[in-house]
Amino acid sequence: MSDTSRQGDWTKPAAMAIPEGSFFKDEVKQGRYGPIFPKTPACYGFSIIAKIIPGREPVFYEYAKNIEKAVAGQPDVLAVLKLHYLRWNLFEIKGETYFQYMGIFDTDFDKYVEDAVGLFAASGLVTVFENLEGFPNDWKTNAPAFIKFVRDHHRPSFLEYGEYPFVSADEIKKALQLKAAFSNMLDQMQ
Amino acid sequence: MIEYEDIQHILLTRVPALTGRYEFLSFRNAASGRAWLSAILEKAQSAAEVRASVEQDKRWVTVAFTWNGLHALGVDERSLATFPEEFRQGMVARAEILGDTGQNHPDNWVGGLASPDLHAIAILFARDAAERNRCQIEHANLVAQCEGVKVLSALDLEATPPFDYAHDHFGYRDRLSQPVIEGTGEVPTPGTGAPLKPGEFVLGYPDENGPPANLPQPEILSRNGSYMAYRRLEEHVAKFRDFLREHGKTPEEQELIAAKLMGRWRSGAPLTLAPDKDDPALGADPQRNNDFNYKQMDPHGYAVPLGSHMRRMNPRDTAHNMNRRRMIRRGATYGPHLPEGAAEDGAERGIAAFVICASLIRQFEFAQNVWVNDRSFHELGNERDPIIGNQDGTLEFKIPKRPIRKKITGLPAFTTVRGGAYFFLPGIKALRYLATLDDTSIETG
Repeated sequence: MSDTSRQGDWTKPAAMAIPEGSFFKDEVKQGRYGPIFPKTPACYGFSIIAKIIPGREPVFYEYAKNIEKAVAGQPDVLAVLKLHYLRWNLFEIKGETYFQYMGIFDTDFDKYVEDAVGLFAASGLVTVFENLEGFPNDWKTNAPAFIKFVRDHHRPSFLEYGEYPFVSADEIKKALQLKAAFSNMLDQMQ
Repeated sequence: MIEYEDIQHILLTRVPALTGRYEFLSFRNAASGRAWLSAILEKAQSAAEVRASVEQDKRWVTVAFTWNGLHALGVDERSLATFPEEFRQGMVARAEILGDTGQNHPDNWVGGLASPDLHAIAILFARDAAERNRCQIEHANLVAQCEGVKVLSALDLEATPPFDYAHDHFGYRDRLSQPVIEGTGEVPTPGTGAPLKPGEFVLGYPDENGPPANLPQPEILSRNGSYMAYRRLEEHVAKFRDFLREHGKTPEEQELIAAKLMGRWRSGAPLTLAPDKDDPALGADPQRNNDFNYKQMDPHGYAVPLGSHMRRMNPRDTAHNMNRRRMIRRGATYGPHLPEGAAEDGAERGIAAFVICASLIRQFEFAQNVWVNDRSFHELGNERDPIIGNQDGTLEFKIPKRPIRKKITGLPAFTTVRGGAYFFLPGIKALRYLATLDDTSIETG
């Protein structure tokens, strides 16, 4: 099945079960850095789960404040990533702290990954990754190593759901703009 | 400081050639390959040499190697492993990423280009046909002396008339937008963007991201080198002209359809600056013909459709990190000119070009994968590049227009990929290094 054949009616919520192994057999598309994880009614996404270097928890909370500040200062700072949502979690397993970074995107990770590395390197946004065990020290100049770390620590989902399936963030923003324009138009007609 | 005397000329200079020839070679053993290279490397001019003598010269030679070719020359395994993965795999293995499926699939390629036996290319640019013929014979003599070197295939280049400006078989003016490298003294034409760090195109120099990193080893092999993605793209001229006639009632309407597919009139005049009527004087004026952006001048694509070839290949201010995605294009047309009004003659004609960049995966493959063949580029939904994208007759092309856009469905393929390869373009010292490798390095490697 191609992406378009899956993209049906946005008014009809949809769920998709993803087979064991994380790919639909016989329709795996190759990206530049490896096979592309399937697009689902919840668009593209990833969930990176990794152990943090012991004792580094405070860095993560500091990082959260920095991200908040960066986005407030420059709202389009993450635009290149074609995002819907990002969530960051810290949690404990047997006394060790793990980090989860989950994102919902409109493009597969493969497409804009160098832009992401460039953005992180330029803005310091990814400094939190440097506090994860096994993260490559030379990530700023070695995109393939960064990508390998992300792929190695990605835990693909086996089920995804979309209330308005396959709709991109740009389409949602266009719809809201249209609504605003219409209400403005009605105001002007009074 | 750019080492012009150590960089093969093709990377930094454009020569006044009207014709030329590519020969694709295979080495049965390392010694014969090195013998061939030793002889031809004296003819491979550096950028410095060409700058000094281009007015007197009649021919210009470039040599480059596939990863299999470097192996065949005797580069040791340790060194071979330091080349980036996409180059090691080669263009054939990357077919799906590049959109080379269906008619464009390597199974359909010609000239032995899809074969692992493709080891090297010798590129000849010549001022005229007589000089090309002379060089062709000279090279045939050299190959005859190197037992174990085989010519897999060759392609003769021909400029298409009229000869006073560069254009393809469809009639589009070419060479309008090329990046400029910092430190070359070249002044970018208005709209081209600031000069870029040399490392975006030449290995061993700082790039837009910082100092050089992860270069192939040893340094003498990679320094002043680059990568070239070769594409032999057949242009279906009769089909293209039929399409224009089908979608435009008058010659003016047909010209507009051609312009919308490209983003420029065939004269080169950009639709951003000449939206309704062609302006050939504008098209021919380098001080004006590249001086535009999209975000302010054409955000919705009313002039240049969002999915047009030009907007995909260089989205300018509507893409992020453009400085990390730029490429140098070199090459020429091949095959006979099809006169206007003539019926399809069955002859193959097209463009045989090189995309030169420091990172195939970040520059060339990104452009192919994300800009040319991504159906959701700019949220278009069901489009690929109308000129070079993989078209199977099921996709569309939308032309924004007030009040209602024009949508062309079932867009045909105007081009077909007939061959391609990834080459490493060594510097001059690196060519000497390769020519003098000895077999002990293989045994101990």
